[in-house]
Amino acid sequence: MGNITLKNVSKSFGSTVIIPGIDLVIENGEFVVFVGPSGCGKSTLLRLIAGLEDTSGGTINIDGRDVTGEAPAKRKLAMVFQSYALYPHMTVAKNIAFPLKMAGEDQATIDRKVKDAARVLNLTNYLERRPGQLSGGQRQRVAIGRAIVRQPSAFLFDEPLSNLDAALRGTMRLEISELHHQLKTTMIYVTHDQVEAMTMADKIVVLNAGNIEQVGSPMELYKTPRNLFVAGFIGSPKMNLVEGAPAAKYSAKTIGIRPEHMQISTTAGEWKATVGVAEHLGSDTFLHVQADGVGPLTVRADGELAVHHGDTIYLTPDKAKLHRFGPDGKAMAT
Amino acid sequence: MARAVTTQHKTIATVAAWIVALLIFFPILYTIITSFKSEQEAIQGFALIPSGTFESYTEVQAQSGYFKFFFNSVLLSVGSTVLALLVAIPAAWSMAFSPTKRTKDILMWMLSTKMMPAVAVLFPIYLIFRDTGLLDSRIGLMVMLMLINLPIVVWMLYTYFREIPGEILEAARMDGASLWNEIIYVLTPMAVPGIASTMLLNIILAWNEAFWTIRLTTTEAAPLTAFISSFSSPQGLFWAKLSAASTLAIAPILIMGWFSQKQLVRGLTFGAVK
Repeated sequence: MGNITLKNVSKSFGSTVIIPGIDLVIENGEFVVFVGPSGCGKSTLLRLIAGLEDTSGGTINIDGRDVTGEAPAKRKLAMVFQSYALYPHMTVAKNIAFPLKMAGEDQATIDRKVKDAARVLNLTNYLERRPGQLSGGQRQRVAIGRAIVRQPSAFLFDEPLSNLDAALRGTMRLEISELHHQLKTTMIYVTHDQVEAMTMADKIVVLNAGNIEQVGSPMELYKTPRNLFVAGFIGSPKMNLVEGAPAAKYSAKTIGIRPEHMQISTTAGEWKATVGVAEHLGSDTFLHVQADGVGPLTVRADGELAVHHGDTIYLTPDKAKLHRFGPDGKAMAT
Repeated sequence: MARAVTTQHKTIATVAAWIVALLIFFPILYTIITSFKSEQEAIQGFALIPSGTFESYTEVQAQSGYFKFFFNSVLLSVGSTVLALLVAIPAAWSMAFSPTKRTKDILMWMLSTKMMPAVAVLFPIYLIFRDTGLLDSRIGLMVMLMLINLPIVVWMLYTYFREIPGEILEAARMDGASLWNEIIYVLTPMAVPGIASTMLLNIILAWNEAFWTIRLTTTEAAPLTAFISSFSSPQGLFWAKLSAASTLAIAPILIMGWFSQKQLVRGLTFGAVK
């Protein structure tokens, strides 16, 4: 089991309020991603759940049990750290075995579980090595191995992939998702990378300045962002946000249109624009344009589109996919 | 061509390093050589080949009793180091793992006491020792040596502990380790090299300390530093005997330093080289 409920959980360091008060329900087996810019309190929130920080107020329940004042070890959670946090003086096998040893398991059980974990994570050939002799990806696998052997009620990941290069990050992302399908255990994953959030999560929690801006599935957040912050944060490249006359035309303070929701024409359209940089990625082309009376926009076009610096194009936003925001920054009813 | 230049540079660097090393080591070498000369040979002038006599050694031992001083040196250097570690480990630990706004200031203040010349506090310390009956006592000197080296010990340990990432301790906590298990299985194995090199350096510093050990002792607690200085006495200078005494005084620490040089270099350069 791995139901986690936060009720009005708050955290302050001295007079600095990091998290004013959060309510959140995480269901058993869910893959929940906390995402937000740096300093938004996402790691602090994870550490509060882990018990590595004390709450300033509110309660944390795990499987119906109030664990607010309990030590990390008693919460039956496992954590994977950004720096891997492996024990440098122990071999891979001993690193993975450590939580089992602490739990007082007998040697035969420890050996069996370590071997099982090593097999799942492709570490069988590295069991006698020390962390210093492993690559970044292998170290991260050891950290995950140390987490899975305990069969915790939930896994906590604190930006586990940010120390890896882009290619390895992609692979590890898939491996963690695959692991979640295999284990079906609750996972809470903290990242500032919205691509990781979109690709891995069942449920995304968008945080900003210690507050939850929106909770929902990746597609809910993509399709119906509740406010300007979520609109700007979720999606890559970012949603174009336009104020002034073009927004007033749609009776809004701000309108948002995603780069992929604009039609491009070389002859006619709603907004006339001059192409600045064109990034040709093969499958897609990202155009950074300057639209007259609108401002800078990013447009996603077909990879084959032949436009170059200085060309004039015409853009027409897809009205059905246009987002309108009021003066308070909140989404307006469509 | 590039390779030839590199080899040439290497040779020059090696030769230069040997020259510097010899220059630094020469006084010690010459002391050792002189200790194997007779008194007459020693004052005759510069000579690198001694006659090989042991008379200075036997005389020194007969005259002053080397072993008592040696025993005091061992007791004072090891004792003061153990005392210093007992105080410094918890201090450095708390400053490294739960620092406050004032931690840096406290560390600087501790270090600043080393910037003061020892002679500046000679009178107050001497009077305290006299009035408390600690003059010429091993305990008093042990505490004194511990105090003068404490800033360096705390700094070294602090720097070393700072290199242990806090996340590893948190990982241990998440893995179900109690505080005791955390100390036994995670902290200590990671800190042992740092503690060991700090200990070695402190033993050497305490062994070589000459200001306080000479001034606060007479006979009972006097270590090898006092043993050496007793040979430059009113009876005149006896170079060969003085050299024999010096050789006997530095030999133990030189041998210890030789065997632990790897650990020492690591200890002295940590933080600088990763």
